[in-house]
Amino acid sequence: MILLLTRILSKIALAITVALLAGCQGGVLDPKGQVGIEEKQLIIVATVLMLLVVIPVIFMTLYFAWKYREGRNEIYEPKWSHSTKIEAIVWTIPIIIVIILGVITWKSTHALDPYKPLKSDKDHINVQVVSMNWKWLFIYPDLGIASVNELRFPANVPVSFQITSEATMNSFFIPQLGSQIYSMAGMITKLHLIANEPGTYKGYSANYSGPGFTGMKFNAIAMDSEADFDKWVEGVKAGSISGVKNNGILDQSSYDELAKYDLHAHVHKPTPVQYYSSIQPGIFMNNVMKFMKDYGTVDILEGTSFDVPKMRQMKNSNMNQGGMSHGEMSHGEMNHGSSEDSSHKMHMEEDK
Amino acid sequence: MSTTHMNAHIAHDEHHDHDPAPHNVFGFWLYLMTDCLLFASLFATYAVLFMNTAGGVSSKDIFELDFVLVETAVLLVSSVTYGFALICARNHKRASTLMWLGITFLLGLTFIGMELYEFHHLIENGNGPQRSAFLSAFFTLVGTHGLHVTAGLIWMFIMMVELVKSGFGSRTVTRLSCLSLFWHFLDVVWICVFTVVYLMGAV
Amino acid sequence: MSILGKLSLDSIPYHEPILVTTFCVVALLAVVIVFLITRYNKWGVLWNDWLTSIDHKRLGIMYIVLALIMLLRGFSDAILMRTQLALATDGDPGYLPPHHYDQIFTAHGVIMIIFMAMPFMIGLMNIVVPLQIGARDVAFPFLNNLSFWLTAGGAILINISLFVGEFAKTGWVAYPPLAGLQFSPDVGVDYYIWALQISGIGTTLTAVNFLATVFKMRAPGMKLMDMPIFTWTCTWANILIAASFPILTAVLALLTLDRYLDFHFFTNEGGGNSMMYINLFWAWGHPEVYILVLPAFGIFSEVVSTFTGKRLFGYKSMVWATASISILGFIVWLHHFFTMGSSANVNAFFGVMTMVIAVPTGVKLFNWLFTMYHGRLRITVPVMWTLGFMVTFTIGGMTGVLLAVPGADYVLHNSLFLIAHFHNTIIGGAVFGYLAGFAFWFPKAMGFHLNVKLGKAAFWCWLIGFFLAFMPLYVLGFLGMTRRLNHTNNPQWDMWLYIALIGALVIMAGIVFQLLQLYVSFRDRKENLDTTGDPWNGHTLEWSTASPPQVYNFAEIPTIHDIDAFTDMKEKGTAYVRKDNYAPIHMPKNTKAGMAIAGCVTVMGFALIWHIWWLAALGLLGGFISLVSRAYTSDVDYYIQPDEIIRTESAHLDSNNVAKG
Repeated sequence: MILLLTRILSKIALAITVALLAGCQGGVLDPKGQVGIEEKQLIIVATVLMLLVVIPVIFMTLYFAWKYREGRNEIYEPKWSHSTKIEAIVWTIPIIIVIILGVITWKSTHALDPYKPLKSDKDHINVQVVSMNWKWLFIYPDLGIASVNELRFPANVPVSFQITSEATMNSFFIPQLGSQIYSMAGMITKLHLIANEPGTYKGYSANYSGPGFTGMKFNAIAMDSEADFDKWVEGVKAGSISGVKNNGILDQSSYDELAKYDLHAHVHKPTPVQYYSSIQPGIFMNNVMKFMKDYGTVDILEGTSFDVPKMRQMKNSNMNQGGMSHGEMSHGEMNHGSSEDSSHKMHMEEDK
Repeated sequence: MSTTHMNAHIAHDEHHDHDPAPHNVFGFWLYLMTDCLLFASLFATYAVLFMNTAGGVSSKDIFELDFVLVETAVLLVSSVTYGFALICARNHKRASTLMWLGITFLLGLTFIGMELYEFHHLIENGNGPQRSAFLSAFFTLVGTHGLHVTAGLIWMFIMMVELVKSGFGSRTVTRLSCLSLFWHFLDVVWICVFTVVYLMGAV
Repeated sequence: MSILGKLSLDSIPYHEPILVTTFCVVALLAVVIVFLITRYNKWGVLWNDWLTSIDHKRLGIMYIVLALIMLLRGFSDAILMRTQLALATDGDPGYLPPHHYDQIFTAHGVIMIIFMAMPFMIGLMNIVVPLQIGARDVAFPFLNNLSFWLTAGGAILINISLFVGEFAKTGWVAYPPLAGLQFSPDVGVDYYIWALQISGIGTTLTAVNFLATVFKMRAPGMKLMDMPIFTWTCTWANILIAASFPILTAVLALLTLDRYLDFHFFTNEGGGNSMMYINLFWAWGHPEVYILVLPAFGIFSEVVSTFTGKRLFGYKSMVWATASISILGFIVWLHHFFTMGSSANVNAFFGVMTMVIAVPTGVKLFNWLFTMYHGRLRITVPVMWTLGFMVTFTIGGMTGVLLAVPGADYVLHNSLFLIAHFHNTIIGGAVFGYLAGFAFWFPKAMGFHLNVKLGKAAFWCWLIGFFLAFMPLYVLGFLGMTRRLNHTNNPQWDMWLYIALIGALVIMAGIVFQLLQLYVSFRDRKENLDTTGDPWNGHTLEWSTASPPQVYNFAEIPTIHDIDAFTDMKEKGTAYVRKDNYAPIHMPKNTKAGMAIAGCVTVMGFALIWHIWWLAALGLLGGFISLVSRAYTSDVDYYIQPDEIIRTESAHLDSNNVAKG
């Protein structure tokens, strides 16, 4: 008992020390990438704008409750219940604030669209992300390597992510770099991030996905220079990085091996970092397509806004397995379209 | 499935309360609006999923429009015959009410029979609801309507028994009016099913 | 397959000490309650006056009892979670493995929303709305009883899952594919489905019932724009229920088909589309939060105008603000998943629509403020809840608008910031409102006053506990902590997790004070009787009846000339008029049919969860037979004779005069 108490006390002491020393390091308000920095500014601007209403309301609540409480000889008008002037003001003020916020929202949503490539004088590094039960697989299609639960890229170079899931839905999130996006089986979502300074940033799944979910963490490592990154890539290819298991080639069988999970295991240990020195071309797309092929097309939609010609194209190109990297881009757009479609349908439902 | 079934039954109980007041029909109409939204959700699901054929048959391959046209005609005619039944009921003509209800019942039964035949035919050919999302959505939308019609038939049967056994009681006409709303509502839903699922699917 | 389907002795979690202890405590409590009822010979009263009652006031009280019991259950879950998170820091696994912890957070969400907040809201609505519009009961009293028992049936199912099998491990939203058969093969999700489905149908029927009541049974002279504001907000909530719960029924039915018959709506394979579930779920889920909060807004309006002794400022504004919140509430659901990859146009549209809701909500806040302005505010317990709400909810509204900015949501979504936000609005908005309404209408419903000191103690514990428990979660959200984590390993989060636990314990003290308040008030009820029927100098018709109200509510249906109908009557001297003669009153008889039908349906639900097909068929058949036999029962009503009405009315008016001296 005493032991437990001491343990708890020491934990609390440690926590207070850390909190005092660290402030708000390492979170959303301590961004290390362009996207995150813009999002932090957006949060601050929006909050300040809203405080313009919130603080007066809180103040007035307390003041009115104090001033007009029973026992003070203030004016008492039991039948006074309407004033066009006040009504006009209380409708107008929130409307103005919401209009300003609305404009900011419209602009920032377009500026921060996760699907939009970042402006940079460097080309994006392509990373294909697969969420599995319960680990992250990162495939570098242009470099021919892959890693599990560790994401490396050079600082100051934008990264373009294509994200999918092998099983349940997750959300790919590196708080200090900015936006998150869901990963879903049979679909590709996209995200663009950049690290403005080198460092190791924590990455999580932000969407609960089953018993091993808590262990679904990874380190996103922004390396000092592109040279360092290239060295690491060479190391992975050569299998010469010590301390990390190298699994050789990532083909369908080793992919399936990695994707295995035990739903009923009592303890779910996080999967250790491991590398693949080479990849089977199109491995990412093949595993998206194994679900996506079930989304057919219908002839009557040909030529209408519901038609998805790229989908047909993909279907054909999937027949001959090759040339995957060309098709991939259009695929992401397909998904964009389809989620818009589904919300469109919802509108129709509302109309009914 | 059984829940939608339940829903229909619980709701048609509303007018069995102590007071045969005019708000019974209004209450039943409100229930029908909630049912309408249930169908709207199923239509939305169908609209999203009807392309997802998983390499199996699409809507173009499986519908026999002639057959469905007869099915539709049967249900529409049953609405008319129910209308006659209600007119007779309002005039407390027991025998002719029973006759028109009987005809409506048989037409409804024919409709359900034809629907079951269609389902059976599809499943026989390996196109059951487990085959693809499209077929899941199809069977669920059409099947939910079918379950509603079945619930309506059971209700109609009970009303006929009531008429035979005890004639027109204080609540009989109110009950028949609610059933009438239900029956016409199912007709309207079917017209939407016919248009969205069969006509747009087969063209 | 065995005769009991999937059910076997292994389904009983007798090897889990926490569950066994809980079971023993619950069993012990049940024994004590059974003993007390037997000892005081109350079985007859319980059965005849309560369980089979179709009186809206008694059903309302039973709803609130259900809500309070479920509050205890849901809150124990909360304490377990906060303790786990405070212990499981720095790599420590804590005491709740994911298998157990994941069920707890799922159950907490489902219970608090569906089985605590909803019954509490519907309970208050049941007690108050028919009285406020001058009606003798709801439009369909038997249906009202059935709705209650369907809700109770769902609550029973979810609690059975504690001791037989397990509950869902999916989060309260049960997104597929996680909630599909492939990733959740156990019975947990089936418990979720049937508990929600059965209670959801009950809720839909309640909405139909109350809409018919409000549109068809208002006292003569009461136009729609003369309805008391609480009735108005409940009406909008009922419109939302009628329009959104069928979507829940549908989406749960589709998930059921996926799980039971291998359909492909939301599976990864076969062309299923889980995004469809998420859209449909929130097309119900977002209106649901307005269903919870709008009646609370109505309560605050009643409380503020009653205790300032003033008319409500801007009644019309309030009604239209409620209307616009309700309608806008239907076109914002996508803000629950900005991060699903919709285009910037779609996200921006839904973000802006969400913000627009802040306008009518803000107007409501200002209108409450200007109701206080030039008033005589009596600082009572309901008023304290209201003031606490106005401060707390404003903050929750602000963080809500912040989350509605897609750019901000990209980093705050699914973080503890989100958790803090919705607890801020649901506790600070809905729950504070219900507790205000509880304190406000308690003397009306029960006939005696609540202990004020304990009420105030409960309020302060809730308020302080709330800030201690949830402000740290805002910070944790900014520090990048995501929701539903089982354990953490980040020293910077620790202190905030400890403070949150302390906050939860302070709220627990608040709940203890509330239970104590109920006990003390009941013990001393003889000294605190409300003999007037109008303890607060109220504005609306419910205060014109006795406390507790006569079984028939109004001996004669009043004619209405003003929004504040009862104030108007008091001023004109038409209140408390003694009559020599009354017309007989037609009343419905109590019935056990509602219990029978809902009982059969609950048995069917349980059987379906465990794949005991014969029992499911039996349950369905039983429900059907009870329904038809109810429909053909003719012994359903009786008349209250004039002499009895005169006796009851005189008793009320006499005690009223005594009270006034």
